Amino acid sequence: MQIHISANDGIPIYLQIVNQIKYLVASGRLAPGEELPPMRVLADRLLINPNTVARAYRELENVGIVEKRRTAGTYVSTQKSPLARSEQIKIINERLDALLAEARQMDITFEDVVKLAQQRYAALHHDSP
Amino acid sequence: MIDSFPSSAPPIVDIHRVTRQFGTKTALNDLSLTVPRGGVFGLIGGNGAGKTTLIKHILGMFKPQTGSVAVFGLDPVENPVGTLGRIGYLSEERDLPNWMRVGELMRYTQAFYPNWDERYAQELRVAFDLDPKARVKTLSRGQRARAGLLVALAHRPELLVLDEPSSGLDPVVRRDILGAIIRTIADEGRTVLFSSHLLDEVERVADRVAIIHQGRIMLTASMDEIRDTHHRLTLRFNQALDRAPALVGALSYEGKGTEWTYICNGESNQLRRAAEALGATVVGDATLTLDEIFVSRILG
Repeated sequence: MQIHISANDGIPIYLQIVNQIKYLVASGRLAPGEELPPMRVLADRLLINPNTVARAYRELENVGIVEKRRTAGTYVSTQKSPLARSEQIKIINERLDALLAEARQMDITFEDVVKLAQQRYAALHHDSP
Repeated sequence: MIDSFPSSAPPIVDIHRVTRQFGTKTALNDLSLTVPRGGVFGLIGGNGAGKTTLIKHILGMFKPQTGSVAVFGLDPVENPVGTLGRIGYLSEERDLPNWMRVGELMRYTQAFYPNWDERYAQELRVAFDLDPKARVKTLSRGQRARAGLLVALAHRPELLVLDEPSSGLDPVVRRDILGAIIRTIADEGRTVLFSSHLLDEVERVADRVAIIHQGRIMLTASMDEIRDTHHRLTLRFNQALDRAPALVGALSYEGKGTEWTYICNGESNQLRRAAEALGATVVGDATLTLDEIFVSRILG
């Protein structure tokens, strides 16, 4: 699990961890049922206060992204949480924004972009039925 | 886990209205400070703010001229055995006996501490790559800091006091020191008090912070409280202004014309209402780094 902390950008450290784990879950790089590093291990690796990691894990638990198991570990929730879904949509939206901006730069109309998207979908669907 | 704030347990350090004069210079000015048990307490302030003088009072090296100091509920001057034996201390100068070898330093220090954990000491010595036969005076600055850290940690003190531990050290040694702080409080109930002017380090590891300036405590609160109550508000006014209108809670401001940015202290909602009362639109509301908060508090 790759997490990068920057103490200088004004975003609280616990929130940086929350956001990055959300992203890792939404993008599938952390799979449902996968165990997160123990809090002390992550605190030691990131060189941050263990209470900060505890707070981040607690927030993630509150929104249903991770769950605590009886055997003291923290795991990515096996049930699809609605929030992970909205994070996924957020990622897709970012890609769409970039695509639409690029299309406009190239003078390709929105209708043509939709048409191209349909063609690509049909082609992908054809390749892997 | 170790959610110890706010704690109902008696404080580890309780400083009450201490004043300290050096000649005509006032190093501590009617200063009061409480360090709760558990967690990491960061003491931040510029050069000459009084950090080291304060720490020396906690260690019983200075007797308060007025007021009182209690550590573990005891007077450290009257009862050095009951206090110093439970404190691990690393000074900025890392004043170690130069003529000793590292192995001798370890045996010598061990004699003072009944709780010395020799296995842990050897573990640290290997992790820090310290040669037991090397003389202290031949150690590099970084290795000297590591040796000082080893003897401060190996008796597993209830209170670890570090005075500017990172000052003048390279990033690798600084990592060792931060790691030691984190592992110390990961053991339940232990407390770290450290002074630093490297505020990104403080922001990483501290649960609570006190800002000291000219021998007084300007602010003491949890990192979360400090973050929640300091904002950078950018306001847009209907017409261009020559100077920023006074805003309740503002610590500093900059800008020109119709747009002004304030660093302010207060709840977000209250600040927004105050801004709207001035006829301004809030166009930006950002959290601040500890560094920015410190600078605006000290310079105003």
